[in-house]
Amino acid sequence: MTDTTAKGDLFDKFQPIIDLRAGLLASGVEDPFGLVMEKVLSPTTAICNGRETILLGTYNYMGMTFDPDVIDAGKQALDDFGAGTTGSRVLNGTYAGHKAVEEALCEFYAMDHAMVFSTGYQANLGIISTIAGKGDYIVLDIDSHASIWDGCKMGDAEVVPFKHNDIEAMEKRLKRIPEGAGKLVILEGVYSMMGDIAPLKEMIAVAKAHGAMVLVDEAHSMGFIGPNGRGVAEDQGVLDDVDFVIGTFSKSVGTVGGFCVSNHPKFEIMRLVCRPYVFTASLPPSVVATAATSIRKLMHAGNKRAHLWENSRTLHAGLKERGFQLGTDSPQSAIISVIMPDLERGAAMWEALLKEGLYVNLARPPATPANMTLLRCSLCAEHSAEQVQTIIGMFERAGKATGII
Amino acid sequence: MDRAATAERIGALIAPFNKKGVAITDASTFSGDLEFDSLTVMDFVAAIEDEFDIIISMNQQAEIETYGQLVDAVVKLQG
Repeated sequence: MTDTTAKGDLFDKFQPIIDLRAGLLASGVEDPFGLVMEKVLSPTTAICNGRETILLGTYNYMGMTFDPDVIDAGKQALDDFGAGTTGSRVLNGTYAGHKAVEEALCEFYAMDHAMVFSTGYQANLGIISTIAGKGDYIVLDIDSHASIWDGCKMGDAEVVPFKHNDIEAMEKRLKRIPEGAGKLVILEGVYSMMGDIAPLKEMIAVAKAHGAMVLVDEAHSMGFIGPNGRGVAEDQGVLDDVDFVIGTFSKSVGTVGGFCVSNHPKFEIMRLVCRPYVFTASLPPSVVATAATSIRKLMHAGNKRAHLWENSRTLHAGLKERGFQLGTDSPQSAIISVIMPDLERGAAMWEALLKEGLYVNLARPPATPANMTLLRCSLCAEHSAEQVQTIIGMFERAGKATGII
Repeated sequence: MDRAATAERIGALIAPFNKKGVAITDASTFSGDLEFDSLTVMDFVAAIEDEFDIIISMNQQAEIETYGQLVDAVVKLQG
């Protein structure tokens, strides 16, 4: 048995979070980070901890997980190509399906090159750590996703953050970078904690004026923002000025995997020099088959997109009207973030909602900006208008029961 | 700018962030003595960067634990 009081226990550094968690659970709430979905009934409903629950905390924005064509493509690929590739993309792990999904991405974004990674996290980790090296400068938004920060840490570039969405703060830092140094500006289309979007048009113009290359993570916008669902950069008319778009299959596409699309003429060399691409097994054939089918269907999903936006507007207005404090003044994405006064009351509200039959994401520091506790609601194009009204009713009852409103 | 002049300007900048009114010496640590959290660090670093028109990258920040080290780094970064 391990003596946990021994000196030099490497786990000592986790004690504050162990205590925080123990304190939260001692108050009697269900563990917000221990939820199990016993059965998934549809993109919007599941049996969670024994209760039928409306799902309002998934990233299944376009509801593609149970699309019959997507499922069929996956089953067919399992039959034809087996359960897994057991190999790296650059050795024995590139099957016809991997090429097909990269072609689908090139068509979806109307770009020349697409590179598929095993997860979205690895796409950011790989591209950022590989293109920004020693002596280069990365200028990035302080509220960037963990995978972006980890990519910065893994590379050897100088990392210079600026205040969230602050164009002037970004420009000041770009101006101070030594002459001749390589510059990469990293932005996100939608910031997933608050659900707000970036002023990409202005920011990318500033980045380009200072000779920087631009990488935009569009994980939370693919499929429903922009005329063709290509994201916030497309919506603001600046996609042509983005050097690298990072995206994921684990949100609107409805499976798992990550990617980078680019028009850079030398982009293909990344397949040989990007370690998180080379030194890991490629995605299973069934996953790339479901992704390719889903991406092609998302090209023609105008009606679903319109309904998702209706849902977002309805929920935002409904919660605001009932007195909840929201992360954005207007609905900017499919994420509506409800600001909680503190972690204790946030957890109580989260539990009250779960008992009402509603699952949302409880987000807390350090994942959140400004040490906030948030209840993050992410909508799906498959939520019916009635479900959205039901959700608003659940929020009202739970909010009153816990004293949030 | 010499060290004393730099220290004086940083001293003026740190006042609004030193909420507990800790008596600051060169040995004062930001995370321990001054109890700066990551958000305070970001705002404080931005204030210094703007005052001296320099960049203190995250990589450089990782090397700075004490007030004295910060003053030295800012002197050096001004060239």
